[in-house]
Amino acid sequence: MAAASTRYILICSGKGGVGKTTLTANLGIALAKQGARTAVLDADFGLRNLDLLLGLENRIVYTAQEVLSESCRLEQALVKHKQEPNLALLPAGNPRMLEWLQPEDMQKIAAMLGEHFDYVLIDAPAGIEGGFKNAMAAAREAIVVTTPEVSAVRDADRVIGLLNSEGVKPIQLVLNRVRPKMMANQEMLAVSDVTDILALPLLGLVLEDEQVIVSTNRGEPLTLNGNGSPAARAYTNVARRLQGEDVPLIDPSKERQGIRATIGRLMQTKLF
Amino acid sequence: MTLRDVINKLLGRQPASANTAKERLQLVLAHDRSDLNPELLQQMRREILEVVSRYVEIDLEEGDVTLETEDRVTALVANLPIRRAKLPPPPAEAAPALEANANS
Ligand SMILES: Nc1ncnc2c1ncn2[C@@H]1O[C@H](COP(=O)(O)OP(=O)(O)O)[C@@H](O)[C@H]1O
Ligand SMILES: [Mg+2]
Repeated sequence: MAAASTRYILICSGKGGVGKTTLTANLGIALAKQGARTAVLDADFGLRNLDLLLGLENRIVYTAQEVLSESCRLEQALVKHKQEPNLALLPAGNPRMLEWLQPEDMQKIAAMLGEHFDYVLIDAPAGIEGGFKNAMAAAREAIVVTTPEVSAVRDADRVIGLLNSEGVKPIQLVLNRVRPKMMANQEMLAVSDVTDILALPLLGLVLEDEQVIVSTNRGEPLTLNGNGSPAARAYTNVARRLQGEDVPLIDPSKERQGIRATIGRLMQTKLF
Repeated sequence: MTLRDVINKLLGRQPASANTAKERLQLVLAHDRSDLNPELLQQMRREILEVVSRYVEIDLEEGDVTLETEDRVTALVANLPIRRAKLPPPPAEAAPALEANANS
């Protein structure tokens, strides 16, 4: 595939801890499995973690820093995933890079990656300051990750405002850590509440899933070993939708079965 | 209103928190997006009321000037119940639309 068709996708949220890095790792593996040559770029120089979630932390020799200072070639810094060789990580450099890194530097790195990959996924730092703006400069489109909580949605809204003003598009939404039971009890913002408020198309819906934690313990993203858990299926489906496949979204209220779920649905009936 | 809301109301329970969350978010985002500081908004509110009450008598208790947002578009919404039009009629440059809305 020619460099012109490479997709540069920023994965961002505003608020920290909502699941950006987890999504980047799982999406990277899923895309690679589907045959796309995929690079994941850790743009969170302050608090890098992408290497750890991918289980690649012990194989890092060079980082984006050495690539930029031309003390190594891009190929030397890229860490290829053993099980999924279509996936490579470009690790973040030393946190002190934040002092001199400019948006142009990130654009340069992204352009270099674009020569070799179909997808460049950029794991953005939290916040809306310099680090985020650097990461945004490398992207053409964006996935905004949020959870159904007021603070996360508010911060997502801020980020969407910045993405809009920079002309980054399309912007799509991944709603993470959805708890069907709480939603059924109307103790959590509904999916439509969040999509209405943020006015973004929904690219994926990821349930709260303990297996996410187990997978981070091991450094093996859920999408690596089949689709055994709800979150694994969700991440795989996000990848398929990105590739243009029409995969229906899950309905959180149908994720629960039994009499309690039926009552929960009944209670949600709109009367007037 | 859903069945749950009705039951909660009948039992004197608090409404489910998702609704509260949605309403609070919509309000705070209207402000975030407009980038208007509260002081400026307050001043604008006062001046709008002042201008309008030059032409019609408005119910200050019921009246409200707020920011609302939908589809990432923020609108300034003035809801000013009119008691009656003021006499004598406003000068020539007055906006006729305001009179047309008077429900006196
Ligand atoms: N769907 C999920 N279910 C359960 N835990 C999750 C889920 N998504 C993320 N987490 C957990 O949330 C925490 C923050 O995730 P992370 O991807 O590091 O967020 P960010 O990169 O946005 O700061 C991690 O401990 C991760 O295991
Ligand atoms: Mg992160």
